[in-house]
Amino acid sequence: MTDVRKNGSSDVCTTVLGADEIILNMGPQHPSTHGVLRVKLKLDGERVVDSECIIGYLHRGVEKIAEHRSYQQFAPYVDRMDYVAAVSNGLGYCEAVEKLLNAEAPPRARVVRTILTELQRIASHLLWLGTHALDIGALTPVFYCFREREEILKIFEKYCGARLTTHAFRIGGLQYETYDGFEEEVKRFCQDFAQKIDEYETLLTENRIWVGRTKGVGILNAADAIALGVTGPVLRASGVKWDLRKAQPYAAYDQYEFDIPTRETGDTYDRYLVRMEEMRQSRRICLQAAENIPTGPIMAKVGKVLKPPPGEVYHSIEAPKGELGYYIVSDGTTQPYRVRVRPPSFINLQAFDKMARGSLVADVVAIIGTIDIVLGEVDR
Amino acid sequence: MFSQAVFYFFAALAVTSAILMVTRRNIIHGAVFLITTLLATAGIFLQLDAEFLFVVQIILYVGGIMVLFVFVIMLVNLDVSMRLVQFNHQRFVAGALALVLGAQVFLALKVGPGVMPHPAQQIMSPKNTEAVGDALFTHYMLPFEIASILLLVAMIGAVVMAKRRV
Amino acid sequence: MMHLIPPAIVPYVLPVVYALVIVAVLPLMAGYIVLLERKVMADMQARLGPMRVGPHGLLQPIADAVKLLLKEDIVPREADRLMFYVAPLVSVTMALLAYAAMPFGPAFQIADLNVGLLFILAVSSLGIYGIVLGGWASNSHYSLLGALRSAAQLVSYETAAGLGLVSGLLLAGSLSMKDIVQAQADQGVWFILVAPIGFFVYLVGSIAETNRAPFDLPEAESELVAGYMTEYSGFRWSLYFLAEYANMIIVAGIATTLFLGGWLRPFPRIHEHLFGTSVELLDALPSLIFLAIGLYCFRLTPRQPVQIQKFVMAAAGGLCLLLAGAMAASLFAPPTVMQGVHGGFWFMVKVMAYLYAFLWIRFTFPRYRFDQLMRLGWRFLIPLALVNVIGVGTAIVLQQQWGWNPRVTELVTLAATIGVAIWLASEDEKPVAAVVAADGE
Repeated sequence: MTDVRKNGSSDVCTTVLGADEIILNMGPQHPSTHGVLRVKLKLDGERVVDSECIIGYLHRGVEKIAEHRSYQQFAPYVDRMDYVAAVSNGLGYCEAVEKLLNAEAPPRARVVRTILTELQRIASHLLWLGTHALDIGALTPVFYCFREREEILKIFEKYCGARLTTHAFRIGGLQYETYDGFEEEVKRFCQDFAQKIDEYETLLTENRIWVGRTKGVGILNAADAIALGVTGPVLRASGVKWDLRKAQPYAAYDQYEFDIPTRETGDTYDRYLVRMEEMRQSRRICLQAAENIPTGPIMAKVGKVLKPPPGEVYHSIEAPKGELGYYIVSDGTTQPYRVRVRPPSFINLQAFDKMARGSLVADVVAIIGTIDIVLGEVDR
Repeated sequence: MFSQAVFYFFAALAVTSAILMVTRRNIIHGAVFLITTLLATAGIFLQLDAEFLFVVQIILYVGGIMVLFVFVIMLVNLDVSMRLVQFNHQRFVAGALALVLGAQVFLALKVGPGVMPHPAQQIMSPKNTEAVGDALFTHYMLPFEIASILLLVAMIGAVVMAKRRV
Repeated sequence: MMHLIPPAIVPYVLPVVYALVIVAVLPLMAGYIVLLERKVMADMQARLGPMRVGPHGLLQPIADAVKLLLKEDIVPREADRLMFYVAPLVSVTMALLAYAAMPFGPAFQIADLNVGLLFILAVSSLGIYGIVLGGWASNSHYSLLGALRSAAQLVSYETAAGLGLVSGLLLAGSLSMKDIVQAQADQGVWFILVAPIGFFVYLVGSIAETNRAPFDLPEAESELVAGYMTEYSGFRWSLYFLAEYANMIIVAGIATTLFLGGWLRPFPRIHEHLFGTSVELLDALPSLIFLAIGLYCFRLTPRQPVQIQKFVMAAAGGLCLLLAGAMAASLFAPPTVMQGVHGGFWFMVKVMAYLYAFLWIRFTFPRYRFDQLMRLGWRFLIPLALVNVIGVGTAIVLQQQWGWNPRVTELVTLAATIGVAIWLASEDEKPVAAVVAADGE
């Protein structure tokens, strides 16, 4: 059965289809693509021979909008890119602009930023775990993950008033002082959380079915990962020990002790283990940070109207999904000349074709889930 | 009287389904009517107190072999078969053969049960399953084993042929 | 009253009454099992489940049924009309037909066939046609492939489940469902304790046969391959659903009859009497159980947030106490009545426990991929079932022909079978995908 639709931009269609090859379209509306992603698969029976990701369904022109907003006005927009981990987006942007201004957030602000960002990392991984498990058929972990995520979102709401698109940070530091009981709540969450991760691990890690569905699926070796520019847990699961929190420390990460989990094979199971371990390490960082938040001002002296000197800066952070980078070019006015975002999901999605080739159709959903993409970031 | 009515019901069902099966143009409908024919035959077996045969007919014939038939029909390109002529130039030979067969059956019924070999008496005893099992594993052991080996050979052949394609 | 009925139809009256009862009660029961599933699912997922329609969501099945009945009946234009109409009917009919041989109690059975067990298996295997014809009638290539896959899964696991049953059958010595339970009463032990591997094989096979998780890929992978139910909406869909849940109850009934002692109470041969009365201690269990549940309901009543929920909880407690009283009263009734009532109670308890296991498994495990599923069926379950049959047969021969101690033979053969199972499971661990990736490069 051949279904050849001529589509100028797609080179999957123009190759000659063999007797058994069909093209399967996982359309933009699909329960398991985690957003409006369109995947075209060329199948030979059950096996994926070629694949193509068609993106852009969520493109909102964020980078163009940046050219017409002042630096502070643009800050809420970055939350909407990776809307699952808004706090990290804000951190990257604020630090990039601070670099441009040659300013630095005061120590107290840096530590609070670290705590909130690590909590956001846990929340992002929890959402990833819940939805990934749901795609593979485990109906229960998603509810447990959201129960924990709820606790984190409550902390965010108490801190800055919003749960999802938080706009928690400002250029130069923080706007809001931490609320009474912030440290206690963070510590209590972290204490309860260790047991919860063990709960998820009990359900999944040793489970034959889970292992059977994820081991050996979507293998990405280290050389390919580096060549494709993949970062984040996907890179670390393939064997490359690279984490910007250790390699190029920012915020307050150089003050804390934590490990960078890596695995060897680079299959879905390894990525699962890496992210589970990362949640544990984030918890560790939060506990250390919450013990000892320095006192002092929360905002640096950057002035009300931001007019960075002309120049350019590239600053990247280790977001939950990978290296999130901001390349900002300033022409000396209050509005940036160009803001270019390096979204981790977009770059990681390039590895999808490599991972999906040769795998079975039923594994495609697992592979999309394991890369952990957010379409808001992929399309901007 | 009641049992007569039941027999006529099953017999009518079997004959009707058989006629419908060979006259349907839609091949899936034909397969479904073959299924009902087999079920009616199973009903007749039950009436003759051959309860083991009744369930085995359903499990194996209807639940196994006909499932295979239906699978194959559904996976094969049906448009070709829909356009095949139902009654083609072989119908004269087929008609003649049917007449000959009918004449033989009529003759056999007219002559009476004396001509047919007596059914093995032990199959008619109360516990039909036990009786069949006994007979199979004592008197008819060799044919049973030969049939098993035949089936095994067929299975292995099918698996080998399927694997080679992959 | 019985003398008013002409003698020719007397033997048919009671079975017809039972059949009507079953056909009337079963859809309602299936609906409430759906509600039970949703509540149990919610409980395992740290939430409440349906609470809105009726107190504690108790009227939810009725609301769902009404909704489905009122939905527009859509028949796809290109579909094969005859098959489209017939397919759900086949599923439901076969599911309901299997109840004819199911013994709910010592006297509550529509037909005690000599080959009752095989009859139920035969009828279950006919249910496959409902799926296959439904997939065909949808006139969609993917729908058809999904249906054929589902049917292939059913056929494979039916073999395994049947072989699992054979081990129980060897112990019982008869295919008649009533005789099987009687054999357990005579031997004084539930067959699960004698042939646990057979029970395990049957458990896994029955989960796959009813298309439940973790074997529900043909149903749930509707993202890539549409399932056979896609084109069905409204009442036709509810027929398929009813067939699925009726099938679940059937397999639970078979497992109960064959392995869990049917309508027998636990320890059927221990006749400890209660304080010197004629009442046996273990026979008082049903009323004690209901009493405990009733008291627990009363304890929960003050904690309900809403007035009507309080009322319903108290009513449930009252109902349990009433049932406890009825169970206790039946102890002093003629033996047939007592056996009937208590038999029905124990049968339902065991069926519910088996169904709870189904639900529990569904919400704990992820789903198997189709090739892994077939691999598990053919390369693990069927060999294990065969070895188990050999084991149980050997145990029986050793006991009966050579006079060995029953417990010893059972333990030895059980250990051997478990050894084979472990070996088979370790064989299974090589992941298929690694091989796939290797020759993809």
